[in-house]
Amino acid sequence: MQLSCPTPKLDFDVVTLGHGSGGLLTHRLLDKGVFEILGDVLVNAEHDGACIETDSKMAISTDSFIVSPLFFPGGSIGDLAVNGTVNDVAMCGAKPLYLSLSLIIEEGLAVSELWRIIDDIAIACRKAGVKIVTGDTKVVDRGAGDKIFINTTGIGSYLPKAAISPSRVIDGDAIILTDSIANHGMAIMSKREGLEFESEIKSDSRALNHSVESIIDSFEDQIHLITDPTRGGVATVLNEIASKTHLGVELVHENIPVKDQVAGACELLGLDPLYVANEGVYLIFCPLEIAESVQEKLKNLGHEPALIGKMVQEHPKQVIMDTPMGGKRVISMLPGSQLPRIC
Amino acid sequence: MKYLKEYRDPVLAQKILNEIGKTVTRPWSIMEVCGGQTHSLVKNGIIDVLPSEITMIHGPGCPVCVTPMHLIDAAVDLALRSNTILCSFGDMLRVPGSKMNLLEAKAQGADVRILYSPLEAVAIAKDNPEKEVVFFAVGFETTAPANALSLVHAKREGVKNYSILTSHVLVPPAMKAVINDPLSKIDGFLAAGHVCTIMGNSQYYPLASQYKVPIVVTGFEPIDVIQGILMVVKQLEAGTYKVENQYSRIVREEGNKDAQMIIDQVFEVSDQVWRGIGEIPASGYKVKDDFEAFDAVKKFAISIDAPEEKTECISGEIMKGLKKPNQCPHFGKKCTPENPLGAPMVSSEGACAAYYHFSGTSIHA
Amino acid sequence: MCLAVPGQIKTIEELHGGLLRKAQVSFGGIMKSASLEMLPTAEVGDYVLVHVGVAISKVDEAEAKKTFDYLREIGEVGELEDIDEYLPKTE
Repeated sequence: MQLSCPTPKLDFDVVTLGHGSGGLLTHRLLDKGVFEILGDVLVNAEHDGACIETDSKMAISTDSFIVSPLFFPGGSIGDLAVNGTVNDVAMCGAKPLYLSLSLIIEEGLAVSELWRIIDDIAIACRKAGVKIVTGDTKVVDRGAGDKIFINTTGIGSYLPKAAISPSRVIDGDAIILTDSIANHGMAIMSKREGLEFESEIKSDSRALNHSVESIIDSFEDQIHLITDPTRGGVATVLNEIASKTHLGVELVHENIPVKDQVAGACELLGLDPLYVANEGVYLIFCPLEIAESVQEKLKNLGHEPALIGKMVQEHPKQVIMDTPMGGKRVISMLPGSQLPRIC
Repeated sequence: MKYLKEYRDPVLAQKILNEIGKTVTRPWSIMEVCGGQTHSLVKNGIIDVLPSEITMIHGPGCPVCVTPMHLIDAAVDLALRSNTILCSFGDMLRVPGSKMNLLEAKAQGADVRILYSPLEAVAIAKDNPEKEVVFFAVGFETTAPANALSLVHAKREGVKNYSILTSHVLVPPAMKAVINDPLSKIDGFLAAGHVCTIMGNSQYYPLASQYKVPIVVTGFEPIDVIQGILMVVKQLEAGTYKVENQYSRIVREEGNKDAQMIIDQVFEVSDQVWRGIGEIPASGYKVKDDFEAFDAVKKFAISIDAPEEKTECISGEIMKGLKKPNQCPHFGKKCTPENPLGAPMVSSEGACAAYYHFSGTSIHA
Repeated sequence: MCLAVPGQIKTIEELHGGLLRKAQVSFGGIMKSASLEMLPTAEVGDYVLVHVGVAISKVDEAEAKKTFDYLREIGEVGELEDIDEYLPKTE
């Protein structure tokens, strides 16, 4: 197994309850293992907490990660744990700076898997440009967890030119999607369902903060809102915004970008891509007049944007999409998790 | 994907829609039997763009919707047993029982697993010899061969801890019950293409000639359904009542003989209760005595009495096409997918769910 | 009703001494296995309709063309420059 740093040489293969007790074993796991792998990503982490100086408005976000399987095409629970929280802070209109990292490990987790996860965390932190300043490690009895759960809390400083808020979204605003959807959810579902592909569907997990910073730098307060459609997909997030703003959303079916293989996998499992989770795309709400310039900028940043719809006065709180046949359909909120159909 | 995308071409669809517009001269009511066809009509907005003379009536073709409540309760009871693994298609999990649904049973600790195929349930039984594995075998004739095959595999491989809880329903008797309802007014039918893939078209000839209704077997993609409607309308305008096959790329006149043989091996026709409609004679399948060791009803002594369900849900009228979902007083108010009064609001092929999800409460009001 | 999707058979393996034929079917590049027990004459390269893990019918390519021939009958073809545009392409 290749880590981005030398593999820690320790005399145990699995994590035991002892490693969570706070004593010598814990110190060994952390000092000789976790901290070694995190390397320069970890700063000031010796004390119970971290003290940070700030002279600006701050944003804070927390998220817990429970994905199964732990490793999937395009990523792992490790990079998700970093990117998920980094992105949430970025979506507030802030520059993510520091993360806390909390691990709840199930007794019996292979140490080699733990190192891989920590390494993925370190690599993701470097890419995002964030540091880990405090953390915690607990171990629970076998059966009381599912291999590993991770919580990260991120703080960032509000970008001075940003003015992000759902209350700024108005009638007529364009809705831009930065990239194709459903890649993450289908990468996970496909691994779970044992589907194989001629070319793999990969999760799109990645840090979006650099992209967000560039967009806000270029367009300042003309960007009314940004948000990332994670769990529940684009449909869920748009329903939430329609509800908060009391406006309607109109979507154009043929503009919604879905890769062919992802669409095929959705078809096979009876899922609708609009409701499938994403980890590396975001939505931008801005005046229609600048939509083309925003898309140009996104392309320069390496995205594949699409103008998928707009906010409207009609049908408030409802998301409506035209269909290829010329009719309309409502994109409603799902009551619970999307269950694959057969019939 | 080949043999799928071509049947979604909007330009082609528009041409066929135009032809329907040119052909129709008076109002006609056409029932699409199958939930998958209803789904396709509503999701693709086809019912918005059909000529106003055509009224589509949504039929009872949703096996999840018609599974009697006492079988849901039986599935829940089995699932809650500590040594049982209850396997099911995803659709069944939120259908209300008298006390709870399968998803709620799972939250209470029941081992409930969503499977793509009944053959996977046999594998689970082999992997867990100390547990009883029960597959909730719901479906129309389309799914019967796969469910039957799982029993054939289990018998062949000597698997003793596998059984199925059957709720199989048959389409032609349901169509007959619908036509015979004095309140229903249906001029023609779109028959269910995947059911006919298995059973062939022969059962529909007596229906067409006895009741003088044209019946067209269709697929489920937009082009399939729209072309099927055109074929029915042409017959209606010409006064004919034949059985035609729009889905000929998949459906053979005689159906799939091998599949029919496997059904015959395992199942026999029986009377069946349809939730919301009542008992329809000779409209279901039950497991033959040869395979009784794999019949969960016998194995676990499950009562097959169907107590009358006290409910405000008008699913019977919905499924016979006597009312549209948005004509139900509770639609979107007391009855929503999160809090369904009955099955048609929770099954992904249910007419109420299709209307709620794709039309909301505003588009087709 | 009953979600069933067409795909192309890429490989077939025989288990239990030929009693069980299992295919790897490609659905636009996504591979999933399906039992061929109800289609004993299906071969590699055939397009089949798969429902809950079982192949239930072979796609008849000649019949598929008929959908588009039907349009010819109803006199719309004049506007369709190239009906072959609408026929399934050989990949």
